[in-house]
Amino acid sequence: MQTVLQSPGESRSTINDHLTKADKIRLLRDMYRIRRFEQTSLKYYNLGRMGGFLHLYSGQEAVAVGTISLLNENDHVITAYRDHGHALAAGMSMNECMAELFGKATGCSKGKGGSMHFFAPDKRYWGGHGIVGGQTPLGAGIAYALKYKRIPGCCLCYLGDGAINQGAFHEALNLAALFQLPVIYIIENNGYSMGTSQKRSSAYKGSLAERAEAYNMAWDVFLGEDLYEVRNRTNIAIERARKTQQPTLLEIQTYRYYGHSVADANAKKYRTSEEIEDYKSNHDPLQIFAKALLDEEVLTDADIQEIDKAAKEEANAAVAFAEESPLPQESDILADVYWEVDNQTDAAKNGSYFFNT
Amino acid sequence: MALITYREALRTALDEEILRDENVVVIGEEVAQYNGAYKVTEGLWAAHGDTRLVDTPISEAGFVGMGIGAAMLGLRPVIELMFWSFAYVAFDQIVNNAGCVRYMSGGLLNVPIVIRGPANGGTNVGATHSHTPENLLANMPGLKVVAPATAYDAKGLLKTSIRDNDPVMFMENTLLYGEKWDVPDTEYLIPLGQADIKRAGSDVSLIAHGRAVITCLKAAELLVAEHDIDAEVVDLRSIRPLDEETVLNSVRKTHRAVVVEEGKPFCGIGAQMASMIQEKAFDDLDAPIGRVASLDAPAIYSPPLEKRQLPDPQRVIEKVLRLS
Ligand SMILES: Cc1ncc(C[n+]2csc(CCOP(=O)(O)OP(=O)(O)O)c2C)c(N)n1
Ligand SMILES: [Mg+2]
Repeated sequence: MQTVLQSPGESRSTINDHLTKADKIRLLRDMYRIRRFEQTSLKYYNLGRMGGFLHLYSGQEAVAVGTISLLNENDHVITAYRDHGHALAAGMSMNECMAELFGKATGCSKGKGGSMHFFAPDKRYWGGHGIVGGQTPLGAGIAYALKYKRIPGCCLCYLGDGAINQGAFHEALNLAALFQLPVIYIIENNGYSMGTSQKRSSAYKGSLAERAEAYNMAWDVFLGEDLYEVRNRTNIAIERARKTQQPTLLEIQTYRYYGHSVADANAKKYRTSEEIEDYKSNHDPLQIFAKALLDEEVLTDADIQEIDKAAKEEANAAVAFAEESPLPQESDILADVYWEVDNQTDAAKNGSYFFNT
Repeated sequence: MALITYREALRTALDEEILRDENVVVIGEEVAQYNGAYKVTEGLWAAHGDTRLVDTPISEAGFVGMGIGAAMLGLRPVIELMFWSFAYVAFDQIVNNAGCVRYMSGGLLNVPIVIRGPANGGTNVGATHSHTPENLLANMPGLKVVAPATAYDAKGLLKTSIRDNDPVMFMENTLLYGEKWDVPDTEYLIPLGQADIKRAGSDVSLIAHGRAVITCLKAAELLVAEHDIDAEVVDLRSIRPLDEETVLNSVRKTHRAVVVEEGKPFCGIGAQMASMIQEKAFDDLDAPIGRVASLDAPAIYSPPLEKRQLPDPQRVIEKVLRLS
């Protein structure tokens, strides 16, 4: 079996050829929306309006937007805790996401999950998972259900370069290959897991994705800064999954601009300012795609500024929405624990469910 | 005496034990070069180098199990979990291997390992990161469970745990890391299985461990100031082994008991205490035993709500006032 996806002569899918001008503008807008949403959330995090962790996705936008833009109504998404980008790309609103960060009842998870635990099953977006690698068997499970129900869809399951060293991920890879499940694991390789570089955390030969060889699974490695390229290469895996239910392991090389989370006290110690600046100046996915669209004369500089301004305004409006929204009630703490209890079914009438003192 | 943080107390315990015993090795995510996610190990890598401070990949089942295996061969690994919540991916290693190999080998093996890290809610990190597994782990014969509430206890108990020949599950609290207490400059050890009366009183025994002890001390101040009730605060410090005598003696003196914990109520530490007290000191009780625990749901994120979910002094006071 030829496991490397990127075989000669197959290096381009035609997926980008079908994009209309409006599609392209929407893709750029979606990246700007993620960038501005997060910068705005950072401002309010620093003002103390939210708690817990805030893991920012800035620098990686072309991965979420590029890959998720390829999905249709049969396809699904699941990711880790650095989940704001995927959530917005999957069609969640800034309002519900910002309100979640503010811990409000109008948040996507009613203020119960926080930054790491966004959910929107109606958008086929299955979270937001805080335990490193914990989502990876779930991705296989979603693919399992798709195949079982004979739905010609796939599941994109994202994880970090550090997460690949969780045992659960290896078990999931084997299951996906053994049962031929339409799941595409996407390693967003930003070079670091917290303060640990790829070299200090993983044993590997040429690439991380190459581990798929051991499971006789298709794999590919490519740069994530160019949205066209991300779509191009990911689409090959998606088509495969939809048509032949085969899994793929993709490694997309990218970079995060901020620290691991806003609380990362060492954000500038384990990597140099030059490295960070180089990515921001020369590899920024927003700038690269904006330039491509300028070159194609899809839009003008003024249009880009307009897109950026609209994204900022949308983010600020989301803050206003979040601030005006009510907190959950104290009684809400005990809701959403059991389906049977929430729905007051007959099953819920037998026995005690809660043991408050 | 020096006024130092809970974090510094842990660090000096590690530092002293690394120097004392060449078999002590600290293993975990970001413990070395990053200086610890919560800075507990700050400076130790610079002082002791790569062999004593080992950064790992995010492979808890792997490195916890590796620590257990190394302990079987005589090392004394101190495994840091960035959060005790992450122990759940290593549960098999902890429960079946650390907890059972001694028994299953008919006593041929022992596992002198310490697994330590924060186990607490209250920092708005959501359900996956806010687990308090002391009751789960204390339920496993073969494992020991320790939960210090102060810097003094943290240092003395950690040093003892490292020297202990059994697996010790050492539960810290991120909300205590920055709090300061007086700690002697000279070396001291605190035995496991010795509770501590943190405040003497005559009217009611507040029994707790970890940060709930601090909550009880605040409640005790308010109880005496506002209600003229003199509460005794019993800090279990170690949950298994458990100092039953100190708890029972306190109850025999005060005739009333409220058990306070930040864990969930079902099969919690409080349930064990209540059962033990009624069995062994029933005639000394003037009122049913009260319990205060976290509200019985996964940890909510919303910061103002999570405050309400965890026990606070007010809930302790209300419970005390409701004991007839
Ligand atoms: C089981 C588990 N161990 C440790 C952590 C703490 N932690 C959260 S994210 C992270 C680094 C993950 O890095 P990577 O997979 O590369 O993803 P990135 O943060 O770069 O997106 C660590 C150690 C966790 N959440 N879960
Ligand atoms: Mg990473």
